[in-house]
This record gives sequence, structure tokens and C-alpha cells, in this order.
Amino acid sequence: MNILKKHLYNTFDKGFREDGRKFDETREIFIEYGISSRSAEGSARVKIGETEVVAGVKFGIGSPFPDKPGEGSIVVNAELLPLASPDYDSGPPSIDSIEISRVVDRAIRESKCINMKSLCVKSGESVWLIFIDIYPINNSGNIFDAAALASLAALKDAKFPSLKDGVVDYKSRTKKGIGIVDYPISCTVRKIGSHLFVDPNVNEDLYSDARLTASFTSKNMLCSLQKGGNVSVTSDELFTMLELAKKTAQNYRKVFGK
Amino acid sequence: MGILVNDKDVVVPGEILAEGMDFVPSGDVFRDGEKLVSGRWGLVSVSGRILKLIPLSGKYVPKRNDLVIGTIENVGISGWRIDIGCAFSASLLLRDATQEFIERGADLSKFYDVGDYVMCQIVKTSGPKIIDVSMKGPGLRKLGPGKLLKVAPAKVPRIIGKQGSMISMIKEMTDCKISVGQNGIIWLVGEDPKKELTAVDAINLIERESHISGLTDKVKELLEKRK
Repeated sequence: MNILKKHLYNTFDKGFREDGRKFDETREIFIEYGISSRSAEGSARVKIGETEVVAGVKFGIGSPFPDKPGEGSIVVNAELLPLASPDYDSGPPSIDSIEISRVVDRAIRESKCINMKSLCVKSGESVWLIFIDIYPINNSGNIFDAAALASLAALKDAKFPSLKDGVVDYKSRTKKGIGIVDYPISCTVRKIGSHLFVDPNVNEDLYSDARLTASFTSKNMLCSLQKGGNVSVTSDELFTMLELAKKTAQNYRKVFGK
Repeated sequence: MGILVNDKDVVVPGEILAEGMDFVPSGDVFRDGEKLVSGRWGLVSVSGRILKLIPLSGKYVPKRNDLVIGTIENVGISGWRIDIGCAFSASLLLRDATQEFIERGADLSKFYDVGDYVMCQIVKTSGPKIIDVSMKGPGLRKLGPGKLLKVAPAKVPRIIGKQGSMISMIKEMTDCKISVGQNGIIWLVGEDPKKELTAVDAINLIERESHISGLTDKVKELLEKRK
């Protein structure tokens, strides 16, 4: 076993974390809205400790899916820029970036926080498409939670552009927002040995055995799950992880607002 | 004409430090006609007629007899390649690897495997690409479980202190085992994770404020406060 991983295990076995935090303690969270209001209809920056992620929301007009002629859609894309971490390479999307975008997409989609029918312009012909782009600026661990929070913050900030004769005028913006009523907050719980903890730093991220990302509505209803890592979790651990995720998601929500 | 900066001024690459032939460049200062120009980001050091720079950043440049911490990146048939954090990897030859007898055709990964961290000494640098290291010497070993910190190699002398005074103080007050590589990689481990964290904070403080005077007192204050 790598000496860094072994040391991390030893530290956890003594009941501590590398940076002195408790297992259920998160770093300071900072959310900034409208960081790129000229180029994106909605944008936000989220910092969790030294981890920094920006997200942007763009609107576009497109054709609806044949099975849902009266519903718009969302497209989530995450790009892991080499500037964020020496472990990220430029080029085609990596498995990690696809996973981040899928996890964020699932939380938004399955919580049904966006009324897709409200995105319909003309049934069967044209609907609004919402593009959410996620860019980590610095990876100091816990990119999943930061990306999810940044996406929600960008959606909160977004305002529809004007639509004239089926053509979007990006220069003029309406006052109409997406109208999300209940934001699904995601939280990732990690497992090292038999220890469960939240908000990993970069080493904990790298050497954790398993992770579980869960998202909850404001009424603590579970709306999405994603398990990662090579090690399995027992059913008892799963329930503990969910409880921990729920508690942490409530803390995130206090910062994020309603 | 004459010197244009003061001692301990922070300068950036390309900055003109002096004009005329009164001063002699040294270290990272070079002469461009009549001008002495800074080649790096650092602090000016004026000693008599000699102008030199104490760099504040930069990659590690290997030097003979330097103790460095590296990671094994490849196991070959007659030795190992070690990443020591500079542009080219170093080679560890069989004869310099261990005191033990190694049979012909033995599996070298039993001694040092890919991903292992080692404390080694540079024994030869011929040209930029050839760096030979040795594992034979006091304190040279395969490192056990511990925390690795990466600091700017230019800050290592400050972390070690005069005759090792700074690092000895940190070791004493935190009960941590610490090995500092000249290449800016620091390995440390302590019995108490809280004390280990204190040692990390002290090292980070030195790295952050290495160019400010009164650093020893600041570090001592931090260590005493967190004791």
C-alpha cells in the first residue's frame, strides 16, 4: 500500500483527519452569484475550502424529444481543466468528468425541481434547452459537492433571454427566472477503512475506498444516489452514510438558502 | 548609474538592478551590456560589489551531495528510475542501491517498487540529463507511512535553518520525525495527529513568510501556542 494511503489510514484509526477536522465537519463554503453575467444567463462560483468550481447556465432553443413533445430539457457538462489539478488532462472528456456531470444531472432531473413543461415554447416544435457547464478551477477535494452546488447556484441566478420570432436575443434578458421551487442539495460521503466522513480534502479524495453521493430535497426526500470506488459498503454503512449525507446537506442548504 | 535597488528588495525577472561596471553579477543576476538584470523572482542580496538573488520560487536544480526525497517511477534490469521533482529523472544503480548481495536476475521490485518513496543522495550530475543517486549513507532509506509536503525548493534552507536550528525546533516541540529533501519534498510523521498538524502549519508558515525577518520567533510562538 502506498505510504501516503497507509498514513491516512493510521490517522483515521486514531480518530483524526489530516487537517484536524471532525469526520462530519465541512470546510467553509462560499457562494458567489452572477460572476459572468455578460456571457452566461446564469453563473456562480462555489468555494469549499480551497476547492473552487464555477458553473454557467446558457439557454438555447431546440427540438423536443419525440416522446416528450411538450417538455424542455437540461444538458449538463463538466470539464476537468488541467489548471485545476495536475491529475487532469486536456482532451476528450474523462470518465471522472462524465461521472460528475451525470451525478449533477441526475440530482436536478430526478428531484423534478425544474418544471420541464414550463420550458415548452411550441409543443412538438421548439422548447428551451438549459445547458449547465461546470468548470473546476481548483481541485482541493470534494469536487462532486462543489460542482452540484455551483450548478444549482447558476440555475438560481439564471434569467431567460428574450425570444423574438423563434430566435433568441442573447443581448436582452427578461426578468423571468427558471422558477425552481425546491433545490436538491447533494452531499458526498467517503469511506476509508471503516470510517465514514464528509468533505474530503485532496488526499482523502484520492485514497478513499468508496464514496456515496446522495441528494435531498428541502423536505429531506432522497432523490438521487451514486456509489463510487472499488470497495463495497455494507447495508449498515449505507444507512449511516445516508444519515451523514442528509445532515451535511442540511448544513449546505443553510449556506445556499432556499 | 550605480545600484538601482536596495538590499532585500523583491525583484521580478527582467528588472534592472544596477547600471555600469561597478557591480559584479552572481547567482541568478546576469549582465546585459552595462546593465545587471534579475533572472528570477527573488530578494536582492548586496554584498560589497557582488549583486546576487535569493530566489523565492523555481524548480529544483540537482546538485552533487544533495539529500532528496524521490519516488520510484520505474524498475529496470540494472537499477531504478527515481522522480526527484526536477526536469529529468535520476537513476539508482544496483551498486548504489543496497548493502545486500543481489543475485543475478533477482526481482528488483523486492527492494524498491514503483510508488515507493526514498530518501537518497545525489552522487553525480553530469550534464542536465544524467543524475545518479545513492542509497548508501546515513539516513538514506525507504520511507515508511507518513505525510508528504511539497514546498518551493528555494525555501528549503529557511525550513532547515542555520545548522538545522529551525527544523530541530519543530521536531523537538512536535515530537515528529521529519526528513527534508533539498528538492522541496518533506516527509513527516508523528504519534499524535494534532502535533503533526502543528508541524505542517509551522512548515507552511516558514514557506509563506520565509523572506520576512523575525521568522524564528513567529514559528516558536506558533509552536508554543499549539503545544
